[in-house]
Amino acid sequence: MAALAEEQTEVAVKLEAEGPPTLLPPQAGDAAGEGGGGTTNNGPNGGGGNAAAASSAGGDGGTPKPSVAVPAVAPAGAAPVPAAAPEAGAPHDRQTLLAVLQFLRQSNLREAEEALRREARLLEEAAAGCSAPGEADGAGAEAASALLSRVTASAPGPAAPEPPGTGASGAAAAAVSGSATCPAAPGKVGSVAVEDQPDVSAVLSAYNQQGDPTMYEEYYSGLKHFIECSLDCHRAELSQLFYPLFVHMYLELVYNQHENEAKSFFEKFHGDQECYYQDDLRVLSSLTKKEHMKGNETMLDFRTSKFVLRISRDSYQLLKRHLQEKQNNQIWNIVQEHLYIDIFDGMPRSKQQIDAMVGSLAGEAKREANKSKVFFGLLKEPEIEVPLDDEDEEGENEEGKPKKKKPKKDNIGSKSKKQDPNAPPQNRIPLPELKDSDKLDKIMNMKETTKRVRLGPDCLPSICFYTFLNAYQGLTAVDVTDDSSLIAGGFADSTVRVWSVTPKKLRSVKQAADLSLIDKESDDVLERIMDEKTASELKILYGHSGPVYGASFSPDRNYLLSSSEDGTVRLWSLQTFTCLVGYKGHNYPVWDTQFSPYGYYFVSGGHDRVARLWATDHYQPLRIFAGHLADVNCTRFHPNSNYVATGSADRTVRLWDVLNGNCVRIFTGHKGPIHSLTFSPNGRFLATGATDGRVLLWDIGHGLMVGELKGHTDTVCSLRFSRDGEILASGSMDNTVRLWDAVKAFEDLETDDFTTATGHITLPENSQELLLGTYMTKSTPVVHLHFTRRNLVLAAGAYSPQ
Amino acid sequence: MAEEKKLKLSNTVLPSESMKVVAESMGIAQIQEETCQLLTDEVSYRIKEIAQDALKFMHMGKRQKLTTSDIDYALKLKNVEPLYGFHAQEFIPFRFASGGGRELYFYEEKEVDLSDIINTPLPRVPLDVCLKAHWLSIEGCQPAIPENPPPAPKEQQKAEATEPLKSAKPGQEEDGPLKSKGQGAAPADGKGKEKKAPPLLEGGPFRLKSRSIHELSVEQQLYYKEITEACVGSCEAKRAEALQSIATDPGLYQMLPRFSTFISEGVRVNVVQNNLALLIYLMRMVKALMDNPTLYLEKYVHELIPAVMTCIVSRQLCLRPDVDNHWALRDFAARLVAQICKHFSTTTNNIQSRITKTFTKSWVDEKTPWTTRYGSIAGLAELGHDVIKTLILPRLQQEGERIRSVLDGPVLSNIDRIGADHVQSLLLKHCAPVLAKLRPPPDNQDAYRAEFGSLGPLLCSHVVKARAQAALQAQQVNRTTLTITQPRPTLTLSQAPQPGPRTPGLLKVPGSIALPVQTLVSARAAAPPQPSPPPTKFIVMSSSSSASSTQQVLSLSTSAPGSGSTTTSPVTTTVPSVQPIVKLVSTATAAPPSTASSGPGSVQKYIVVSLPPTGDGKGGPTSHPSPVPPQSSAPSPLGGSALCGGKQEAGDSPPPAPGTPKANGSQPPVSGSPQPAP
Repeated sequence: MAALAEEQTEVAVKLEAEGPPTLLPPQAGDAAGEGGGGTTNNGPNGGGGNAAAASSAGGDGGTPKPSVAVPAVAPAGAAPVPAAAPEAGAPHDRQTLLAVLQFLRQSNLREAEEALRREARLLEEAAAGCSAPGEADGAGAEAASALLSRVTASAPGPAAPEPPGTGASGAAAAAVSGSATCPAAPGKVGSVAVEDQPDVSAVLSAYNQQGDPTMYEEYYSGLKHFIECSLDCHRAELSQLFYPLFVHMYLELVYNQHENEAKSFFEKFHGDQECYYQDDLRVLSSLTKKEHMKGNETMLDFRTSKFVLRISRDSYQLLKRHLQEKQNNQIWNIVQEHLYIDIFDGMPRSKQQIDAMVGSLAGEAKREANKSKVFFGLLKEPEIEVPLDDEDEEGENEEGKPKKKKPKKDNIGSKSKKQDPNAPPQNRIPLPELKDSDKLDKIMNMKETTKRVRLGPDCLPSICFYTFLNAYQGLTAVDVTDDSSLIAGGFADSTVRVWSVTPKKLRSVKQAADLSLIDKESDDVLERIMDEKTASELKILYGHSGPVYGASFSPDRNYLLSSSEDGTVRLWSLQTFTCLVGYKGHNYPVWDTQFSPYGYYFVSGGHDRVARLWATDHYQPLRIFAGHLADVNCTRFHPNSNYVATGSADRTVRLWDVLNGNCVRIFTGHKGPIHSLTFSPNGRFLATGATDGRVLLWDIGHGLMVGELKGHTDTVCSLRFSRDGEILASGSMDNTVRLWDAVKAFEDLETDDFTTATGHITLPENSQELLLGTYMTKSTPVVHLHFTRRNLVLAAGAYSPQ
Repeated sequence: MAEEKKLKLSNTVLPSESMKVVAESMGIAQIQEETCQLLTDEVSYRIKEIAQDALKFMHMGKRQKLTTSDIDYALKLKNVEPLYGFHAQEFIPFRFASGGGRELYFYEEKEVDLSDIINTPLPRVPLDVCLKAHWLSIEGCQPAIPENPPPAPKEQQKAEATEPLKSAKPGQEEDGPLKSKGQGAAPADGKGKEKKAPPLLEGGPFRLKSRSIHELSVEQQLYYKEITEACVGSCEAKRAEALQSIATDPGLYQMLPRFSTFISEGVRVNVVQNNLALLIYLMRMVKALMDNPTLYLEKYVHELIPAVMTCIVSRQLCLRPDVDNHWALRDFAARLVAQICKHFSTTTNNIQSRITKTFTKSWVDEKTPWTTRYGSIAGLAELGHDVIKTLILPRLQQEGERIRSVLDGPVLSNIDRIGADHVQSLLLKHCAPVLAKLRPPPDNQDAYRAEFGSLGPLLCSHVVKARAQAALQAQQVNRTTLTITQPRPTLTLSQAPQPGPRTPGLLKVPGSIALPVQTLVSARAAAPPQPSPPPTKFIVMSSSSSASSTQQVLSLSTSAPGSGSTTTSPVTTTVPSVQPIVKLVSTATAAPPSTASSGPGSVQKYIVVSLPPTGDGKGGPTSHPSPVPPQSSAPSPLGGSALCGGKQEAGDSPPPAPGTPKANGSQPPVSGSPQPAP
């Protein structure tokens, strides 16, 4: 034990020595001006503002307080049907308002509530963004301020954490964010247990007003009739209304305890819904009693977040006119209260265009959600002089092709010197300094690069498959180091196993007593500190107490991260093969974790619906990315380390800014939980795979879906671009590896102004043309894919006999 | 879209009776109906909730099956204590029973005998996880190695052969960008279910399947050369290896047309030259191709059948008909034809009826020489009892006369004599069992003579022998079934372990449950190209109280033998139980098999399960229940005679071709005798 402690301190010292300037607290965001949270940078600001962040991030401080999770937007009548797109500040102004309104209602202050509501609507119509909160405060009771501050805490970026370097206070350096694009804040931040739910009755209160339960079916079929009889061009758009209306009407019936009516309503109409909502419908169908609604996450998602629909102005007018004519208040109320209708001018969209984008738990992303600028370019590579040129030459000569390499190398050098216009400033995120070993590795990388195979449709890569035998269906995660020398596997039996796939065996550092005997001046001291007796091909890391769902090597191959069902992320040293740190904070299963491409930072995401950004030398997260409505299944760093992408069971992909914790992109279109993500090497594109077997391609800069690859018949578990981005490889539970022509897929993008402005995309049906190859395995799901530096594909999976 | 997929969601709830039962089990006697209903709703809802969470764990665990641990984790999410004690790695095998209008699912718990557990050797420690690399694809082409799935699954080959219209669908997808290197992508494409098949058949211009050129890679050409040379070469060891490769390698689909042509050409040439050995080698190749589980030969049957038929009915197959054992080749080839018929005869191609017609025609012809006559009869006889009954029996008298005229008449030529002799024994061998079934017991020499002419007396004695044989077996069958019908786990014995991974539970020895699976899996992964020899199983029952105290060995199932030359097959080496697993059925103490006949007075039944490394099927009495020793090449002296009842081939010493008799020796029980397998 003593030895272990010593080793740990050693490593800790090393970490200090690396001494990267830590990520600073988020800057005062563009929109984070008002509210109690403030944007001060001066240490713990103690106010209610970051109470939420603090408590939710307090991983080791026990369970988060239930109150944290009260985003509780009960828009009792503040119709969010803006005539024009709301201004930047509007969303959380309204949110503040709504919170106050809700509080008033809770406190039975009817008159005040009415007054405020009237006021609010006026305000909104006037679109006077900034003055609203003040008045709201004035109108509300003093007691509202506490609530107000809670709500603003979940508004974008106001929670100012202290500089983490001090590490003195327990307050977390965390930024709760995401609400800018999602006015209804995350359903929960720390916790999902039943008792932690936000005041359910408050959430549900909007369902109190009710019509005649027997009329619901009539209302619904009336609307159905209207929509089906409308013109073709409007029908597709208006059909989007079916699902949210169906859900909300059903929930209203259930809430008001009309069980039988609810049941028959469900049975009558559930068959009309689009097939991709099947999973949610299944949850709904089991929900038959008011008591069940407490603690049902799916239900809460519906209530707390507005379902977003994108409808053209014409179609919307048509609908409005119809509902007013029919005096169909029930439906009108639902439309006003529970739906967010994003109206655009122009041609109504076609059925196909709509189908491409819908499917997520809360409808489509709003248009303004994807408007902010994203620096998707790559960082400039540090210039490294290549001193080993002579050696190279010899090596090359031996292989018999002497002079080819030099100009190539110059190319690479010049490429890295150019500053990408889309790249973030070099020091936007503080990155660790390069060590000598990193430089050596970079040089190795360059050398390998010169030997890289140029891939293309006519030159497909070879695939080497690593099969895990005797895994008894227990393999849950795999990672391969960038230089393809090590493979780590996470297993359901809580172990992490590390294999060396090169002849070089894995050795650990000698014990402290033996280390002191070593001559520290000798040239091969790095070799001498290794203990030959421990050499083996496989090292097993014990420490977790649940299945290991995520594993990631650090870029320098000194560390390994693993995330597990037990709620922790562990950092392992690959020098000593011991656990260094257990990062607690998620409290619930952590589904994925990944190191930043520059090391030091890592991201994790789990069942608690948030992704967290950590630094290896901080035991608490630096950022908390909250906004997903269901589990965060996978997390990936952008190649420039400034952004993090998360894929979730709510069928959306979000891109988060590491700097300020904002959600800068929301991608909807998948019809099932997302299980794999990958960025293209140039940072411009993102590929995502889901349980629906489809791979979707996204343009990050424009925030658009740019491609759809159909072919897999089961969950796509792994995705990877080739080193130069020409080929996309996808591996799936259907036991196949497929290769896609990425160049062609991104080639003819429609990025004209109209498409960019409206986000209406028409995807070409060219999956079959893009598919370059399909390779069946022998009942081995493909869990991981990796391109070596020379563009050989390594695939991994566990043989699972049928 | 919504219309085409009418999802059926029904809200199933537990029956409220269950609540009552649970309440009663907890000591609450009276429970109101209303309460039950409420409880039912609540419990159903919670169960569904947990199941949905558990599914999440299954997905994240990258599995297709929900396990008990998933449920545990889901419970943990809800802060509920997990259920302890249900940690099955495998899917819980619920059994289903219904009766009296009630349906019941239950978990079958087997009664185990403690002494079993004590006496079984400890199970091996489960194998540790290990990593193995192979090439899934090399520059876009999937190599046909055992680690990869076969390039064209047998189902697809079959579909292509039998339903060309439908199979045009998977082929269609290849002609996209993959045309150049289509073979790698072809198999998986066929799997895609959502491919739009109908438009192809319904509308649009009808597209012909594009012609594809199957080029063999250099490796394949080398392989082909090596294999064909080894198959017809002089080195028997090499030949065995080559045949084994043909019988097991998964990647031969591309080379099938070449092999088929090689065989048919080879037969054509060698029949003319009367090269018996080569003909035998070629037939063994056919046999190996037939045995390959990844090949579907339908498309090549048109080349193979004439070749095989030639080897059956050709007038002369060897240079010295009086000495060489060409009869064995005819038998072997006849069996092959029967096998082909069984596999590929359909109502559309009528293979069997066409073959039958050919045989009959050549047999009926008066001028047919004895060799051809023998082949025709053998070919017909192998086709089954019905064929014997309808085609051979009516001609017995006529044939008997002809045989008698040769055997008893003036010596015309020695060759004719031998031929007639062979035909006679062949007829006796095949007809006796059929007659034994057809005719009522009292076997009267005269009646037989009246009906079958000169062959009558001989037939009669053979039938009597066959009857005795059948009775003996029937007795065994009865006794076996008696044992089996008892609700003992011995029932599961009768299943033959497949050479692939399988679920445990077939062997009832509890300790060994995990064992065969691992070993099979690992062996398969480690050295898959080697064939796992078909296991033969014996149930040996000794009842020492019976007068004779003989132990009978009953061969329950004899799979078709592989090429029995491999002694180091993976399965047998890894399974530690080369010694038989002894299952004691009665209550007496278990004893090792060598002392099986001990214990006077106490009734002991042993069921000896052994996996002998070779597939020699043996029937008939043996005096010792020890496992069959791995003597692969020597055919059992008792085996054939006991079952077939006759001095079958007694005079013929094995001809120079060493492989043929072996293959013959291991074959006959399948079709020749009534199978006692329950």
